Amino acid sequence: MSHVEESYDVVVIGAGHAGCEAALASARMGLNTICFTVSMDSVAMMPCNPNIGGSSKGHLVRELDALGGQMGINIDHTFIQSKMLNSSKGPAVHSLRAQADKAAYSQRMRKTMQDTENLTLRQAEVTELIIEDRKVAGVKTLSGATYHCKAVVICTGTYLRARCLYGDVIEHNGPNGLKAANHLTDSLLANNVEMNRFKTGTPARIDSNSIDYSKMEIQLGDNPVVPFSFSTKREDVQIEQVPCYLTYTNEKTHEIIRANLDRSPMYSGVIEGTGPRYCPSIEDKVVRFADKNRHQLFVEPEGLNTNEMYIGGMSSSMPEDVQYAMYRTVPGLENCKIVRNAYAIEYDCINATQLKASLEFKDIDGLFAAGQFNGSSGYEEAAAQGLVAGINAALKLLEKEPMILDRSNSYIGVLIDDLVTKETKEPYRMMTSRAEYRLLLRQDNADLRLSKIGYHVGLLSKERYDHVVEKERQIEEEVARVKEINVGARKEVQALLESYGSIPLSNGIKLVDLIRRPELDYDKLAPIDPERPELSDEVREEVNIYIKYEGYLTRQAKQVEQFKKLESKVIPQNIDYEDVSSLRLEARQKLTKLRPANIGQASRISGVSPADISVLLVYLETYKGY
Amino acid sequence: MYHSDTICAIATSMNSSGIGIIRVSGEESISIVDSIFRGKNKLADCDTHTIQYGHIVSNDEVIDEVLIMLMKAPRSYTTEDTIEIDCHGGVLILKKVLSLLIEAGARIAEPGEFTKRAFLNGRIDLSEAESVMDLISSNSELAMKNSIKQLSGSLNKIIVDLRDKILYETAFIESALDDPEHYDLTDYPEELRDKVNDMIGRVDDLIDSFNSGHILKEGINTLILGKPNAGKSSLLNTLSRRERAIVTDIPGTTRDTLEEQITINGVSLNIIDTAGIRETDDIVEKIGVDKALDSIDDADLILFVIDSSRPLDENDEFIIDKIIDKKVIILLNKSDLETKISEEEICNKYNKPVISFSSVSLDGLKTLESKITDMFFSGQVKSDDTLYITNSRQAGCLTNAKNSLSNVLNSIDNMMPEDFFSIDLMDAYNFLGEITGETIDDDLANKIFSEFCMGK
Repeated sequence: MSHVEESYDVVVIGAGHAGCEAALASARMGLNTICFTVSMDSVAMMPCNPNIGGSSKGHLVRELDALGGQMGINIDHTFIQSKMLNSSKGPAVHSLRAQADKAAYSQRMRKTMQDTENLTLRQAEVTELIIEDRKVAGVKTLSGATYHCKAVVICTGTYLRARCLYGDVIEHNGPNGLKAANHLTDSLLANNVEMNRFKTGTPARIDSNSIDYSKMEIQLGDNPVVPFSFSTKREDVQIEQVPCYLTYTNEKTHEIIRANLDRSPMYSGVIEGTGPRYCPSIEDKVVRFADKNRHQLFVEPEGLNTNEMYIGGMSSSMPEDVQYAMYRTVPGLENCKIVRNAYAIEYDCINATQLKASLEFKDIDGLFAAGQFNGSSGYEEAAAQGLVAGINAALKLLEKEPMILDRSNSYIGVLIDDLVTKETKEPYRMMTSRAEYRLLLRQDNADLRLSKIGYHVGLLSKERYDHVVEKERQIEEEVARVKEINVGARKEVQALLESYGSIPLSNGIKLVDLIRRPELDYDKLAPIDPERPELSDEVREEVNIYIKYEGYLTRQAKQVEQFKKLESKVIPQNIDYEDVSSLRLEARQKLTKLRPANIGQASRISGVSPADISVLLVYLETYKGY
Repeated sequence: MYHSDTICAIATSMNSSGIGIIRVSGEESISIVDSIFRGKNKLADCDTHTIQYGHIVSNDEVIDEVLIMLMKAPRSYTTEDTIEIDCHGGVLILKKVLSLLIEAGARIAEPGEFTKRAFLNGRIDLSEAESVMDLISSNSELAMKNSIKQLSGSLNKIIVDLRDKILYETAFIESALDDPEHYDLTDYPEELRDKVNDMIGRVDDLIDSFNSGHILKEGINTLILGKPNAGKSSLLNTLSRRERAIVTDIPGTTRDTLEEQITINGVSLNIIDTAGIRETDDIVEKIGVDKALDSIDDADLILFVIDSSRPLDENDEFIIDKIIDKKVIILLNKSDLETKISEEEICNKYNKPVISFSSVSLDGLKTLESKITDMFFSGQVKSDDTLYITNSRQAGCLTNAKNSLSNVLNSIDNMMPEDFFSIDLMDAYNFLGEITGETIDDDLANKIFSEFCMGK
C-alpha cells in the first residue's frame, strides 16, 4: 500500500471564511500553502445569513481589507444590496452591510484561491495532526496521505463532530448536509487541547414564489452604494439592487411555539452545546421575551440564481411540522413552501485562552487557530481571525515578529484579545460596545489605522500603501489649514448660516467652531471657504469627523496612551506565579492558567484585581535582575 | 517614568490637631496645584526644593493659609514632580483641599501607591520589593474591607440601583446601535436627559452625605463595654451631652449598639454603646451581646464601665478577659453611691488606667476627657487612617461619576449622536463600581442580551 506524501510550508484546515483568508495571506506572503476543504463546493460558504457586514462586523471587514484581506473585495463583486447602517448616528457606529449572492460569493472566492500563486486548494478531510515535541510537523488526511509542514492553521468552523438537529431528527453532518469532520477532535484531545461544545442555529429557507410580498414592507438598498474595500472604485458598485422585506411574527405564531416547546431539542435537553444569547432562536425569543407580542422578521434573497429566501429572525430547531405551522402564521408566508428546514447545529471548538494574541497555541509551536473553532460566531469574525492567523503563520516561518493587533488599533484586536483573555461561554459576536476606544476605531479610518501594518508584514501592495500615506498627508494639511481660518460676519456668511437654521454671527469666529455646530459640517461651509482645495470624498469625511469630534477623539487618544503603557509591560513567559506570594490565590491561579503576555492583558483577566496588578508590576522589576 | 497621572493623598494622621500635609505626585502636580494656589509666584516658576507661602483658593474664596514644599522630578520620593501642601485649618479643610485637587485633575492615591511609584521609578532598592508588595496587598485588602464595612446596606443599595439604571440605559442605546432596524432612538435623548438629571440628583445626595460625615465613620472607634446596668448608656449620654440612648434602671435596656460622633478637645471619637454583656437566654438580648463582643476587634479604645456599687462578678471578669490586649480605660461608675470596689484594687489587678466616675454628679468627666486626649496625642491610641483614605477615594469616585453624567447632559445639549452618550454613561457606571468594589466584567453585554431581544 502506498501513501501520498507531500511537503508544504503551511497547511490550512478548512476553507470557510477563516480558512480562505488564512490561506490567501500565507500564500501571498510567499509561503507554499495548501488549504483543505471537506467539499470543493463549500469554499467560503455562507451557511446562515446572506449578509456580509452589519453593526461592528462591517468594521471588521474594513479592517481586514486595510490589512490586505479578501472578504471586502469579494463582497464588492458579489453583493446584491447594500446599506450603511446607523448613518444618522455618530461616525463611530456607521456600519456597512451587504446582501450577498451566496453562490457567486463562494465561487468567486474559490476562483481567487485557485488562481493565487503558492496556494493549493484540495478536497480532503484532515483527521490527524502530526506533532513532535510540542511542535507541528504535518497533518494526515482520511485517505492516509501525509502532508509535512511547519505551521498548521485550524479553521474547522462548525464541522468538528457536528450534528444538526430539528425536532427528534438528528443528522450527524455539518451545515447544509455537508460531511462532518469526526476525527480531528481526538487528535486535538490527544495533544491536551481543551475542547468546548457550542451550538448555533439557522432559520428555514422559503421558496420566493410561495411568498406574498404585498403583505410585507419592502426594504431597499442605499443609493449611492459605498464599497467595502478601500481598493474598490465607488463607480464600480453602483449596481441595480434587489429588495429585502420586513414582516412580523404574531400571537398565533407564539402560541404554536409555546404549545410545542417540549418537541424542541433545545428544551427537551437533547442539545448539550451552549448557544448564543444575541442570536436566539424564535423559541428562545418567545420564552425569554414573553411580553413581546411580535418579533421582526427579515426576508432576504439568498442569491440571483435561486428562489430561496432567508427568514432572518426565525431560526429554530422545531420539528418539521411545527416549522410549517409557525412560518405559515406570518403575514405573507401563509402559503409558504419550505425549501430547507431550520435546524440547530452543535460542534466542537476550543477554549481560546489556550492561544496567544498571534492566534498560535501557547503550548504547541506552529499550531494556529481561527474562526468558529476558536469559539467566535459570524463570517466576519472568522475571516478577521483567519487573516491574522495566516499572516502570523507566515511571519513565523519567515522568522519575523508576529503581528499583534490590540484593542487600541482595531476591532480585530478587541475580538482576539477578548477571545484569548476571557473565557467565552457562548459563541462570541463582535459588538461596537466591546470596543472601548470605538471613537478612534471607525470604519471610515480603518485604512489609516492598519494599512501601514498590512504593508509592513508584506501583504498589502505598495500602491495601496502609498495611497494611504497620501490620504493621511492631505487630511493633516487640510485640518491644519482649516484651523487657521477666521470667518467674519459677512453678508454671505450670515445668509449661509440662516439657510441651515444656524445662529448668525455677531462678530468674527473660527471656521472650526462653525464646523462643530450640530447643524453644520465641513462640506456645508464650503461656499464661505474660498481657498479650500479639491479633495476626495474620503479625505473630506475624515477632516469633518476630526474637527467635529476633536474633544472626544483627544480624550480617547489619551486613554489609549495609558492603555499602551500597560500593554508594553511584557511578562516573561517562564514566570512562576507561585513565587509571588503577595498575589491573592484566585489571581495566582488565573494568571498561571492564562499566562498573559503583558500587564495590560493580565489586568483584563476576571479575578485579577488592581492590587494584584500593582504587586505584579513590582515583582517584574525584581525579575529583570535575573 | 512609569506613571503619568497625578495622585494625591493626605500624608499625615487625620486626627492630630489642625495641621496636616497633603502630598501630590505626578506629571501634572505642579499645574494642578498652581490652579488652586495663590502665592507670590506661580509654582511652575519657582525653584525646586523651596517653600512657598500662599493660600489655597476656590473660586477666589480663600480656603486655607498654606506652606508649599516644591520638589521637582527627579529629586523627590517618587522621583516625579511632588508637592506637599502644609495646611493649617483642621480636618475639614484638609478634605476640602483634597477635593479641590481632585476637581483640578488629580486622583486619590491607591493604597501604597506613593511607595509603589517610588519603587517602580527606581527610588527604592530592589531588595525591598517583597515588603513593597506586601504593603500594597495588605493595604488594599484593608481598604476593601473598610469600604465594605463602611457601606451601610442602604448606601450600597442606592449605588447598586443607580448602576443598574445607568447600565440599562446604556444597554438600550447599544442595542439600538447593534440592531438599528429593531430599536429606535427617535426622541430618546430628551427622555434620557430627565433620567440623567434624576441620576445626578441621587449622586449629589450621596456626595452631600459623604461630605457631612453621616456616612463617614471617622475618628477613634471607642467602644463602651460593661455588664448590664453598669451605666454604659448614661456614659454615652454624658459624653455626647444629650439623651441619645434610652436610660432606665432595668438591666438590658440597650439591646443593640448605638453610635455617636463626638469631639473632645479637637479629637474626634466615634462612640459605640453596646448591650450589657451577660449570660442570657433572651434571643434578642443575646444578639446584642454577641454584636458587642464582635465590635471589640475593630475598637481603637474601650471604655470599660464597672458598677462600683456592686462587687465584681463573673460578667466583669468575662469582659476584662476579652479586652485585656486592647487600649482600655476602666471607669468605676456610680461613684456617687456607696462603693464596693476601690480604684487601687482594680488598678493593681488589671494594670489599666482607672477613673472614678459618676454620670449623676459628673465626677471624673474632666479626668476622663483629658485622659482620652492624652492617649491620643501621645500616640497610644490611633484611628485607622485607611478609613479616611477609603472615604475620600469613594467621595472622589462620586465626583467623577457626577462629572461623567454631566458630560452626558452636555452631549445631549450639543445634539451629539447617541453613541457618545454611552461612553460617558459607562464611565459613570465604572466610577460607581469602584465604590462598591465591583470589578470590570462583561456587564454591558450581559445586560444587552438579557434585557433586549437581539438578532435577526
